[in-house]
Amino acid sequence: MKNTLLLKNGSSAKLENVPVIEAEGFRKHLTVQIQKGGRLSALFLVPGDSQARLFAIVSHDHTSELEVFSCLCGRKFNALTPILPQAHWFEREIAEIHGIEMVGHPWMKPIRFQPKAGQNVEIIPGATSYFEVKGEEVHEVGVGPVHAGIIEPGHFRFQCHGEKVFHLEIELGYQHRGIERAIPVSQPQKVIRLMETAAGDTSIGHATAYAMNVEALAGLKLSQNAAIIRSVALELERMANHTGDLGALAGDVGFLPTAAYCGRIRGDILNTTGLICGNRFGRGLIRTGGVGYEIDAELKKAILDKLALVEADLRSAINLIWDTPSVVSRFEETGLVSREDAIAAGLVGPAARACGVSIDIRLSHAFAAYGRIKPELALGRQGDVNGRATVRWLEIQDSLCLIRAMLEELSAEKAGCSMPKAELATDSLAVSLAEGWRGEICHVAITDSKGNLKSYKIVDPSFHNWFGLALALRNQEISDFPLCNKSFNLSYCGHDL
Amino acid sequence: MISIHSVVFFILTLLLAPILPGVINKVKAFFGGKMGPPVLQLYYDIAKLMRKSATYSQTSSLVTRLAPVVIFFSTLGAGLFVPSFFREASCRFAGDVVLMAYLLGIGRFFMVIAAMDRGSAFEGMGASREVLYSALAEPAFFCGLLVLINETGDLSLSGIFNGLSLELWRQNPAIMLLIAVSWMIVLLTENARIPVDDPNTHLELTMIHEVMILDYSSKDLGLIEYASALKLWLFSSLLVGLIISAGAVPPYLHIPVFLFGILAVAVVIGCVESTIARLRLIHIPKFIVGSGALAIIALILKIAGN
Repeated sequence: MKNTLLLKNGSSAKLENVPVIEAEGFRKHLTVQIQKGGRLSALFLVPGDSQARLFAIVSHDHTSELEVFSCLCGRKFNALTPILPQAHWFEREIAEIHGIEMVGHPWMKPIRFQPKAGQNVEIIPGATSYFEVKGEEVHEVGVGPVHAGIIEPGHFRFQCHGEKVFHLEIELGYQHRGIERAIPVSQPQKVIRLMETAAGDTSIGHATAYAMNVEALAGLKLSQNAAIIRSVALELERMANHTGDLGALAGDVGFLPTAAYCGRIRGDILNTTGLICGNRFGRGLIRTGGVGYEIDAELKKAILDKLALVEADLRSAINLIWDTPSVVSRFEETGLVSREDAIAAGLVGPAARACGVSIDIRLSHAFAAYGRIKPELALGRQGDVNGRATVRWLEIQDSLCLIRAMLEELSAEKAGCSMPKAELATDSLAVSLAEGWRGEICHVAITDSKGNLKSYKIVDPSFHNWFGLALALRNQEISDFPLCNKSFNLSYCGHDL
Repeated sequence: MISIHSVVFFILTLLLAPILPGVINKVKAFFGGKMGPPVLQLYYDIAKLMRKSATYSQTSSLVTRLAPVVIFFSTLGAGLFVPSFFREASCRFAGDVVLMAYLLGIGRFFMVIAAMDRGSAFEGMGASREVLYSALAEPAFFCGLLVLINETGDLSLSGIFNGLSLELWRQNPAIMLLIAVSWMIVLLTENARIPVDDPNTHLELTMIHEVMILDYSSKDLGLIEYASALKLWLFSSLLVGLIISAGAVPPYLHIPVFLFGILAVAVVIGCVESTIARLRLIHIPKFIVGSGALAIIALILKIAGN
């Protein structure tokens, strides 16, 4: 058997065709693939009857291929992290869930504070050892998990010298709900509901990735209109979140006008999604095999009219940011992440693009309607807050163009939903990538011999990017943390699942 | 020599002080395209807080309970020496400028040690920033006063501000303008306004003034909120007294012109807060030291002119 299996985005393969390499070869192969420019999209363990199997998904952006390979894994595994920092979080996750000992992992501690498989001991989130800097002039600041704003819980621990941050350690896990575990034991028609709430602000993104997997396993083909409606919804989601974040960035530096207007405009964009499916976050819009709602000529006109108003408002509100020197001076040089660090840590989405790393799943692994209507790649010059804000603004403008072009392509036929009760392929693996507004969303589905989902892996972009925030804070001022945090705006629940 | 007149104006000052933050917020709301809270919101807030019972952290000591009272009375005490409505202050004596400034200093001292008292990392950071910035703002305030003392030959605040006239502005426009600008920066610094501090932020790590009062509730918070509003009024009074000099206004117009002036200061603060972002923390000292530099230039010009 050759030791590689290449898949296209949103396709499936029989499990027996996924190569099994011995552990040392697996490590070597993975390292070589990453060094050749691949990215580790997922690394996860599936418990088996006799021995657990470790799967790696490596994305090759240039060839639009996803490489899948695996190895059998005992109770011990030589950690990849020392040579592949991208694997850092994945290996901590595997060690936590399955109790595998990661030999040589430099910073082994839980990420979600969940009991190990088969155990039922209560674990207090956040109760663990932390990185410490010692010295008379060094002080430690702990923030959260309860915050002053209405945001999700997470604990941030800073090692500071005066106002300067030496190190930030991020501890999450307070939002862990057990979504991945719930999927195999849920009725299949309910799973999409779980996906829509995996990360509430990325409902469309996660539901799309899930639907792609089910379609791959059931051998369904998406109608052209359904693909367009999905992409339109995904772009609306991107616009709404980017707009809200740009407003919040302005608010964090005390710049009122943009903050006030963006809050309202975000609502207008959410309402546009609401026009399509009745829910502002797009719940119920994505269905396995298609979409739940149609866009007819009348609705198309309503959407375009609304977007015209939104665009005019957005331009005047957001251009104010770059027309005001005091705001730009706050954004520039704040929260720098170098391009090398971004690649090594495996950042994705706007956070990576701001550092000049060209990753956009819509371009490299086209899905839905992106094969025909291609987005522009938005790159930042420098991985600072200004870079991340610029990338978001460019993407908002590009989304407007994309939505208009896509709505033009809508034909008169029904988008429809071809499901509803197709059988899934047995003993198979399907993998899908989608570009959510935060970046690459990776879903991997594995079925058992009866065609039921046996194991399901979700990798939210936040899972890759939280460490990027910690890097961004190095040698920065502690008072700039909220601004850096907002420029990433990562998901707590998407990470904790 | 306390006159009934000055007591009436002092009481008027105490009654009107909480209106300034309301005006600032209205201006900010206008820029944000919002209705904003009522102008009298701070009165409602203080009335509400005064009816509540307090909660204290278990790690706090007597200092925490004492501080709000000290802050309240020291600000009130400072108010006795600040002339408002272009009239004499309730109390005056030669050199009361120093007492007035350091009564405010006592209030700040207690706010800072109370912040340290709770042992919270945030409050400690806020306290250290507050102390640094107010120390930097002090020279600007006193250099400005030195020029005015030199100009009017009087050592009491009432005397200085009574001695100001349009003539002074005509003779030394540069000096007066430098002092006015430098005192405006001192006002923004001392009262925790943008670009130095952001009174609206909920982000503990960026706060200066707000973070030190995070642990206060009820009457304590009410007293501190009131004292902050009064302090803003006092600094605005000085600025109005400097810009619209007492000698330029006929006595029957004192009250309307003064009120107009002080509301104008609030509107300017509101406009500043609506149109520029807060400075990065490392740049704030440069900004405040800049105000000191302006005042020192004014002083040099003045001495050279003599």
